[in-house]
Amino acid sequence: MKKYIKYAFSRTLPVLFGYIFLGIAFGIVLQQAGFNFIWAFCISLFLYAGSMQFVLVPLLAASASPLTVAITTLFVNSRHVFYGLSFIESFKKMKTQLYMIFSLSDETYSVLCSCKNEDPEEKNRPAWFLINLFDQSYWIIGSVIGALLGQVLPFDFTGIDFSMTALFVVILLDQVLAHPKVASRCAVTGLLAGIICLFIFGTGNFLLPALIVTVLFVTAFTQAERRKELP
Amino acid sequence: MNPSHSILLIAIASGITFLIRALPFLVFKKRQMPAFIKEIADKLPPAIIAVLVIYCLKSPLTVFGTETIAASIAIAGVVILHIRKRNTLLSVAAGTILYMIFIRCLS
Repeated sequence: MKKYIKYAFSRTLPVLFGYIFLGIAFGIVLQQAGFNFIWAFCISLFLYAGSMQFVLVPLLAASASPLTVAITTLFVNSRHVFYGLSFIESFKKMKTQLYMIFSLSDETYSVLCSCKNEDPEEKNRPAWFLINLFDQSYWIIGSVIGALLGQVLPFDFTGIDFSMTALFVVILLDQVLAHPKVASRCAVTGLLAGIICLFIFGTGNFLLPALIVTVLFVTAFTQAERRKELP
Repeated sequence: MNPSHSILLIAIASGITFLIRALPFLVFKKRQMPAFIKEIADKLPPAIIAVLVIYCLKSPLTVFGTETIAASIAIAGVVILHIRKRNTLLSVAAGTILYMIFIRCLS
């Protein structure tokens, strides 16, 4: 057990700093919108989806309709559909399967991928549960600290939400650097669809159409590539 | 703000998020994944995250001002630093600090 704790902690160390920092940013954003640390704790415990939590704050503040929240969640988090695909067989062998699925965030997914990559026989699989648990704990601790600090410190945190923008830029960049040809075309598709829809639909309504257009284009050029490969 | 409405919204977002994460496990409990779906699956993450970058930048993109300049400088900083160091935490922290400094200096 001790060796698994050590393993999981060393694996999640980069996430520790990232999640505390981003969690604090989330807590502050949430607190500025009028929700205290209890809300931060509950959202990070039950929702536990970094980008969606940031997107949810203005929706909560504006008392958006349940349908808006449902559709926004569906589209903002749709990318998570694909994370499980890498772990279907592995998680099946775990008693904690449900929690593993629940807590498969972007960062946890990448940590588990690197663990699996260097340990194909999955001898350290018992430590995976701890990896997921530690990651979520960092995120909860960060968001509670943020919500509390925002109330206590007389410091102007304007602009701290830029950490989310920076994180997305970094994740995007990592994917483009890893697969320059395919990922850069997908990235350009997403950026263009986003900008064009932003100017057509305006800031309040463009996310949904932009994601739909993007998915359609990616599907279309995947299909075109397949046709080209056929004799 | 209405607490029970907020709780409802959080519950909806949480439930749907869990269902999304669980979907591949439900669908491929017994079946094999079709190759075409897998190809799209492999390509979607960068495309979707690119849209999210635009979502984050919606106000600096539509209203030109301090935010636009600060965001441009910060993103340039993030990209250069990340290509050189490949350290997510460092890039995110540096970008955020740059942004926070510039929106204060420029306004």
